[in-house]
Amino acid sequence: MADDLKIPLLEELEKGPWPSFVSDIKSVADKSEMARDLLRQLEKSYEDKRGYWKHGGLVGVLGYGGGVIGRYSALPEEFPGVSHFHTMRVNQPSGWVYTSKALNEIMDLWDEHGSGLTNMHGSTGDLVLLGTRTEELEPMFQALTQKGWDLGGSGSDMRTPSCCIGPARCEWACYDTLDLCYNLTQEYQDELHRPMFNYKFKFKLAGCPNDCVASQARSDMAIVGVWKDEIQIDKDAYAEYIKDGFNVKEYVVDMCPTGCITADENDIEIDDSNCVKCMHCIARMPKALAPGKERGAALCLGAKAPIVEGALIAQVIVPFMKLEPPYEELHDLIERIWEFWDEHGKARERIGEFIERVSLATFLEGIGLEPLPQMVKQPRDNPYVFYEEYYAEEDEGEDA
Amino acid sequence: MATEVERKTDIGPPHYEQFLHPLMKANYGNWKYHETLKPGVLAHTGEAGTLYTVRCASPRLASTNFIRQMTALADKYSDGYLRFTSRNNIEFLLADKENIDPLIDELNQMNIPVGGTNNAVSNVVHTQGWVHCHSSATDASGLVKAVMDELTDYFTSEKLPARVRVAVACCLNMCGAVHASDVAILGVHRTPPRIDNETLPNLCEIPTTVASCPNNAIKPTSIEGKTTVTVDEDKCMYCGNCYTVCPAMPLADPLNDGVSIWVGGKISNARSEPKFTKLAIPYLPNNPPRWPEAVSAVKNIIEVYAENAKPFERMGEWIERIGWPKFFDLTGIEFSKYHLDDFRYAGTTYRRSLHNRY
Repeated sequence: MADDLKIPLLEELEKGPWPSFVSDIKSVADKSEMARDLLRQLEKSYEDKRGYWKHGGLVGVLGYGGGVIGRYSALPEEFPGVSHFHTMRVNQPSGWVYTSKALNEIMDLWDEHGSGLTNMHGSTGDLVLLGTRTEELEPMFQALTQKGWDLGGSGSDMRTPSCCIGPARCEWACYDTLDLCYNLTQEYQDELHRPMFNYKFKFKLAGCPNDCVASQARSDMAIVGVWKDEIQIDKDAYAEYIKDGFNVKEYVVDMCPTGCITADENDIEIDDSNCVKCMHCIARMPKALAPGKERGAALCLGAKAPIVEGALIAQVIVPFMKLEPPYEELHDLIERIWEFWDEHGKARERIGEFIERVSLATFLEGIGLEPLPQMVKQPRDNPYVFYEEYYAEEDEGEDA
Repeated sequence: MATEVERKTDIGPPHYEQFLHPLMKANYGNWKYHETLKPGVLAHTGEAGTLYTVRCASPRLASTNFIRQMTALADKYSDGYLRFTSRNNIEFLLADKENIDPLIDELNQMNIPVGGTNNAVSNVVHTQGWVHCHSSATDASGLVKAVMDELTDYFTSEKLPARVRVAVACCLNMCGAVHASDVAILGVHRTPPRIDNETLPNLCEIPTTVASCPNNAIKPTSIEGKTTVTVDEDKCMYCGNCYTVCPAMPLADPLNDGVSIWVGGKISNARSEPKFTKLAIPYLPNNPPRWPEAVSAVKNIIEVYAENAKPFERMGEWIERIGWPKFFDLTGIEFSKYHLDDFRYAGTTYRRSLHNRY
């Protein structure tokens, strides 16, 4: 039982004010041999300062190439409970919203078919069910789908799109992140479940440039809400901030990156033609200022972690696109990007690395977009230009 | 008689609308503004009324028991509606303001901190570590627990100059994408892969393995008639990409694996551009269960930042204002040759100006 686990190092992590994953895993150890042996193997890792998991393993559910991460203990005789410890990635609802009833149903299924352990949530966004045996994968999958749930992505496929809470609870959402996230997920079920890309492709959808889902750091295509017209100003609410002693000069005017705000005790004015939609002033005075009315999103490509060629933050590819159902313009662009990357990319080459290798100019030509100054910090500062237009000298003696 | 149930595939996730609180539906797309009532408690207002959010921490690695405890609280206080944030916090969505304090009391009795809003250290985005991953150089859940035990006070208050986003990744694969966080703890290997020449010829595709190395350190070779690979150890920077494609080249090394500390990254576009994190401390030992060296390093950096930055200035913005030499000076962190980049874009990090502060 839980008290004969002999995990003194891990039990150190039951102390302190932060919620303890050790106490929590222990709470299911009486009913889950997997949880017990996970703790025991982890204790050995803490003693020896190394992990004890084997490298991968191809397992899955019928007809899917993704959504399950195979994992086996390197010490199955010592820790038979985790000899298989596969992960199932369950596609989360847009915005990670749940009802108790729905979550409890998933938990009941997981107690029946798995370890009783989860990650709420994985880095890509999935509801991660952590640890089960190969023979439980298909029954668990079928039980999930009967309740209306499906698996997310893994491997070289479209990964599970995820999004911020958007218009469901935020006044700054510049497009319907929840709807578009659902739309992309449904539109590309085949790309999600059957890996056929060069490498992974992630979508993250943020409703405004605050980017609460870290899309510009973590997704191959970041869809970031933004507006084009004037910031909406409520002058009465502004007067309230002033009356309450808010230091508008120090905390707003002086911190505006383009110096486009003029404000005093009586009034505030914004030169919107010079505003870069950074959200700082709006975040400081949410009752007085709001994004404009002409709303859409900027599309950025190529964010990734260091492996292989170095980390990247997503780069602007479309400065502004209206995003309204049925999102045909966006689907069309996504498919052109995938097609060009599929044809010319290398194995394990993310879209950001691909653009760097073939050059932005070649990439834009390949997907049919015109170059724009918004796509660069600055024009090139080296003169090695591949000129494609030039005059040929006319042959002598021939008439022009 | 057992009835055959039709096997379903490619149905996608359930539609989110069925999980939205009635006030979220009523105010959908028409929210007016929001306020922070106290750390961890937000009030969003639209014409249909105000929705209260109580945000609390979770261990992320959570059992079905824990989730059921949370759903029981949701049933009691928030009509059964709850959500999770991108940083693994749990949010209860309340229509009734009177339920806020009783809910917080119950959470506190369960030792679950309420907070993580605005100028706080929010919950930590992290990876699997020794709990589930084959390539980790350290544990993640344990590091997070040890670090957050020391930073809980910054989670439950909003006393920092700006928000501080802490992330943990247990190897350079960075499943937690720590490269744009205010403070990142990154597990590092420090020795080249060990090649298992017995199993490699059967397990690995040689051209893929050779091509996986960003520094061209891997070459095919033949040992006793079997094709395998060699690694030019001087060129290896322990990224582990070869191990990802070839299981016979493990990097785990208990004596040398450890963590590095990175600072000053940022994702939002507020004021300044999104930025990468930069190296603060190249190596600290793996010292489970509490990683005291890493914990005190992170705490020191956050405390020096808290003392010196201006209001609403993120870690990276503060460092850019005062300059990196002063950052190392104020934090007492040693600057070494390891801080000098030598990979693809190294030159972009070398300074070309004479803007020195003496």
